[in-house]
Amino acid sequence: MMARDRRIAIVGVGESRQGSVPDRSVLGLQSDAVAAALDDAGLARSDIDGLFCTGLPKYSALLAAEYHGIHPRYLDSTEAGGASFALFVEHAAAAIRAGLCETALVVYGSVQRSERRRRLGGDVPDTLPQAQLEVPYGPLLPISAYALAANRHMHEHGTTAEQLAQIAVSTREWAARNPQAQKRTPITVEEVLASPMISSPIHREEICLVTDGAGAIIVTSLERARDRRHAPVVALGHGVAMSHYTISQMPDLTRTAAAESGARAFGMAGLTPADVDVAQVYDSFTYTVLVNLEDLGFCAKGEGGAFVEDGRLGPGGALPTNTSGGGLAYTHPGMLGIFQVIEAVRQLRGGLGDRQVPDARIALVHGTGGVLSVHATLLLGPG
Amino acid sequence: VPPIPRPSPDTAPYWNAARAGELHLQRCRPCDRLVWYPRVRCHRCGSDDLRWEALSGDGSVHAFTIVHRAADPDLADALPYVVALIELAEGARLMSNIVDIHPDAIRIGMPVRVRVRELEGDILLPVFGPAE
Repeated sequence: MMARDRRIAIVGVGESRQGSVPDRSVLGLQSDAVAAALDDAGLARSDIDGLFCTGLPKYSALLAAEYHGIHPRYLDSTEAGGASFALFVEHAAAAIRAGLCETALVVYGSVQRSERRRRLGGDVPDTLPQAQLEVPYGPLLPISAYALAANRHMHEHGTTAEQLAQIAVSTREWAARNPQAQKRTPITVEEVLASPMISSPIHREEICLVTDGAGAIIVTSLERARDRRHAPVVALGHGVAMSHYTISQMPDLTRTAAAESGARAFGMAGLTPADVDVAQVYDSFTYTVLVNLEDLGFCAKGEGGAFVEDGRLGPGGALPTNTSGGGLAYTHPGMLGIFQVIEAVRQLRGGLGDRQVPDARIALVHGTGGVLSVHATLLLGPG
Repeated sequence: VPPIPRPSPDTAPYWNAARAGELHLQRCRPCDRLVWYPRVRCHRCGSDDLRWEALSGDGSVHAFTIVHRAADPDLADALPYVVALIELAEGARLMSNIVDIHPDAIRIGMPVRVRVRELEGDILLPVFGPAE
């Protein structure tokens, strides 16, 4: 008798409108994404018995279940920032393999642009250690935390401002090919470096967007995924790791836990970075991409600058990265993570027109949350 | 004036020392290493045998960022200001400001020494400036 197939697949993806969407509440935007994902999968909401949600003010999964009319027997509101969504795929895979649910919905949304909720100093509740030990010094959060890490990386490895700026340039080239992207006008390294310095070495054009938007994905067993509308996209490997919460506690400012989450995901999949056809690497800031590429093993530690400076990440480059335009130019409603998974699935399905990576078979998604704090890596491929 | 820190039971001795112009951190007796930030138990070995120790106040710049937008409206007059991670001589890394030097003159590895900045509410905030 054949062993039961324990593989897990993504069978549906959906998004709301992105950008400025003042006519929708956060739950209304989620609803649009959920409806799109269910339609994409050819499933009814009564088929969903696992619910994964983060980013609502309180009890995310409970509120989402009530609003969307879902009755989960497995629910998860883990807060891991931008890493939450590759992490949710791992958690959903574990729950499905354990028989705790069969078909999981992951949903996220935010209306932070319309609500003008984003504050440069961050939103640090005064019970956190950070509130007394960091906030009095006036860091922009999270911007200054990433700036400190980038400053140290430039010092240790000679990484240049031009190399970091090139990441914004390559990402914008992808956005120009995505009609849904917010920032589609090409930009040069000189223009990135001429944009206002916010928290050195980070310029305004190296910082992700603030948008409204929602996304949803549906995860189930490969067995159940077989007869759906689209060919299933299989989770070949996944891994999660963290190293700290506050930036002053980061063990080594230039090394992230992406090394650990990535090694676990590649090991599980039996793949190496050389096998990746298309990558979605968290771009809260240009530096986030650079350090993650190093730690994931696409290049050696300290060589990220040289790795990206020839446009390798852009259209026609050897490692097409952030092909939607990413957080820098497509959308970033507080967290990009779910849109990274959605774009990876779409690239593997094919038919994306100008931005389609030819013959994309293996996709990497790498989410980063907090201040380089928590990392989740996901490798996707054919069933 | 930046936001006023509100001491907690864990951190009260730290702020009390700062009020006297000193930098006190916890040291774990079994590990013989500093515990930063303040805790009830050592995060390395779990021991609650921690004692507060007066430090030299010497350190070096581990990383820094020149901030050009105010994190809080009350900081607008201070722009641009420098947020840094300071590596203390005794071996702990904490966030602070670097003051009394032009931001463009700051370098990673530069020796710095603690000084205090007066805030409202009888709180003194430890900051760092160039070592003599």
